Amino acid sequence: MIELHGVTKRYGRFTAVHPIDLTVARGELFGFLGPNGAGKTTTIRMATGVLRPTAGQVRIAGKDMVRDPIGAKRHIGYIPDRPALYEKLTGEEFLRFVGGLWGRSGATVRKRADDLLEMFQLADWKHTIIENYSNGMRQKLLICSALVHSPDVIIVDEPMIGLDPRAARLMKDVLRAFADNGGTVFLSTHTLEVAQALCHRIAILNQGSIRAMGTIDELRHEAEAGTAGLEEIFLKLTGGHQVQELMAALHDPSSD
Amino acid sequence: MILFRETQERRALAPARAPVQPGVFDLYAPRWLAARRRMHEGRSVARGVLLGLVGLVFWTIVFALIYRMISYFRSTPGVGDLLAVKLLGLLLLAFLPILLLSNVITALSSFFLARDLELLAAAPVDGTRLYLARLLETTIHSSWMIALVLVPILSAYAAVFDAGPLFLVTAPVALAGYLLIPAVVGTAVTQLLVNVFPARRARELLALIALLAGAVVIVGLRLIRPEQLARPEGFRDLVDFIATLRTPQSVWLPSEWAAQALVAPLDLAGADWFPLLLLGSTAAAFTVFGAWAHERLFRVGLSRAQEGSSSGTRRTWPIERLLSPLGHAPRSLILKDVRTFFRDTTQWSQLILLAVLVVIYVYNIKMLPLFSGEDVGFFLTNVIVFLNIGLAGFVIAAIAARFVFPAVSLEGRTLWLLRSSPLRLSSLVWSKYWMGLLPLLVLAVAITTGTNAILRVSGFVAVLSLLTIVAVTFAVAALALGFGAVFPKFNTDNAADIPTGFGGLLFMMVSTAYLAAVVVLEAWPVYAVLLSRLRNQALGIEQWSAIVIGVGLALLLSVAATVIPLRVARRRIEAIEF
Repeated sequence: MIELHGVTKRYGRFTAVHPIDLTVARGELFGFLGPNGAGKTTTIRMATGVLRPTAGQVRIAGKDMVRDPIGAKRHIGYIPDRPALYEKLTGEEFLRFVGGLWGRSGATVRKRADDLLEMFQLADWKHTIIENYSNGMRQKLLICSALVHSPDVIIVDEPMIGLDPRAARLMKDVLRAFADNGGTVFLSTHTLEVAQALCHRIAILNQGSIRAMGTIDELRHEAEAGTAGLEEIFLKLTGGHQVQELMAALHDPSSD
Repeated sequence: MILFRETQERRALAPARAPVQPGVFDLYAPRWLAARRRMHEGRSVARGVLLGLVGLVFWTIVFALIYRMISYFRSTPGVGDLLAVKLLGLLLLAFLPILLLSNVITALSSFFLARDLELLAAAPVDGTRLYLARLLETTIHSSWMIALVLVPILSAYAAVFDAGPLFLVTAPVALAGYLLIPAVVGTAVTQLLVNVFPARRARELLALIALLAGAVVIVGLRLIRPEQLARPEGFRDLVDFIATLRTPQSVWLPSEWAAQALVAPLDLAGADWFPLLLLGSTAAAFTVFGAWAHERLFRVGLSRAQEGSSSGTRRTWPIERLLSPLGHAPRSLILKDVRTFFRDTTQWSQLILLAVLVVIYVYNIKMLPLFSGEDVGFFLTNVIVFLNIGLAGFVIAAIAARFVFPAVSLEGRTLWLLRSSPLRLSSLVWSKYWMGLLPLLVLAVAITTGTNAILRVSGFVAVLSLLTIVAVTFAVAALALGFGAVFPKFNTDNAADIPTGFGGLLFMMVSTAYLAAVVVLEAWPVYAVLLSRLRNQALGIEQWSAIVIGVGLALLLSVAATVIPLRVARRRIEAIEF
């Protein structure tokens, strides 16, 4: 459903993303992890067509993002990391606007928007303009907007930011149910427990390149991490262990 | 290990020492550094040269004008020096309300809405230092433009009166006092206002007050027709006139003190140093008073500034039904733009300025002495109607700069959504274009038809002016959208700020050049037709070829000025990386 072939992004002489190859199948929940500045958001923005790759090809549902951007984007619901919203629209108007962008309007989209707002406990706020929303409410509205046009693929960057425990649980359930019903999820997150609990496969990105990719067992094998959890594997593959060792040394009085 | 031991030692020592307070300039440093970096980032030789040239031309014009006026005054013995001081006092008095209003609005951002306030409010920073740093910022942001305008004015005074080095010392001191007093007062007004209204509401309220005040001032100035004040029969006798000149305009206002202080070293009749002392001591006393008020009002105001503003709406817009023949995406975009426009005070309030512009324009046309007294004649009236196309075009360009130019910038931060949606970018460009074009077109046709009726012109020139203004509006709207896409300003919450930069200036320059070209191209056919009318001749081959070539070329130019900017806009939106 999502295919990245040699996708690269360069800014002048700096390469933010080295050639990346990956495929995410229909019904799969795919995790995309990496330390800060690894190139996750850049990759996601290329996958959604927001950013044009310097080289390589992005295909969504078999449609090339450069040759047929309209066809490719039709399948996507995108939840970016802390985006700007239309502050002067109400929550309901925003969802109907997004529906319109994806070519949907009328009673169907209104009903779906109402259902989503109800599900995410925003029904009481649907006639309030967005500038009065809290961060968590904005994040919930954003999730609703990614679902309002019934996409086949959800690409999501840090979905749990600002969510209360109940909404976070709901988000996890929604993503899982979406994948169980044949949808495809591409999930970038720093919350390793979420990735471990939800994702069928995970890719770990470091300094713009995929360091490892596979199921948890495959990653353990790759990192030679025995029965370790995702946090251990992540630290081992991204060099985080050096920091841990340094911190341990700092605590140790004998190291003076 | 050193890192941890040192921390423990510091913790143990901390209660013994009072926290070292940052200096006022340290608190201002982030703003200054950011501004410097922005200047370096946007540095391009062409842009610098163009801005420098425009600035230089402006300074030269102001300098030449003031120099000429004061030299003329000086040639009148007895009243010359008095007139020069009076003029300076009037100028400074005119700037004073602008400074006050500008400070009130800027203080709202710098004291209550700036994003770094949360950090500063949480830090152990002394209130007075914070006040002084923010006052400095407010003063600079609100006064730089007036300070720049005053440079050529004061230079002209210095040149005419052969000012010595003392003027170079006292002028900046007097100017600092003159600029600081409205800043302190403006800041105090804002502190009071925010304690009554939440800051976000107050900003909208102030934007509206500022615009209304500006509109009233502009209309008032125009309607009292200052050109009539120059009539000599207005003065009763010379003694009366000199007595009026000797009377200070407003003895309690800093503008009067500043004017007196500025001319003190110029050895004019009746100059003394007391006003400089008065200005300096008042500015200092006001600053102390301002700091005192800040201590009492700021914390509560800042807390209120975090409160929400307006509530929501359930209104269904009739326009929704009207737009239903359009596709889903264009309809959604237009609806969103219309809603945002009428809910964002910084956008809709500019309609007031538009109304003022149109009223003044139509009033000026009505006041033309074409039908009062002697008959000006068919030829001249038609020429004025023809030149009116350029003027009307300029009004349309000024309005397009306010409403169409910001379209792409306003979409900037939310482009993530449009770019990730299956929306064709051409739909985006077209919807923005039509959104801007249609109201402009209605306005352009209305003012052209209206002014043609006032000027009592019909026939060839009336038809040509109507057709031309339609073509010009298509082109000017496209140019505004194109330049707005090439020079976007994404980091602003205020739509009125967007056209005030380099891109806006360039758009106005290019539009003016385009309008001049259209007028020049159509001048030949208009001249040929009017001449044959005057001679009561039928249109011959020469007149027809003039019409075809002149009007044809103007039309071609207009088509190019429409198509090319729209293409550029589309390409630029595609290329924006954020």
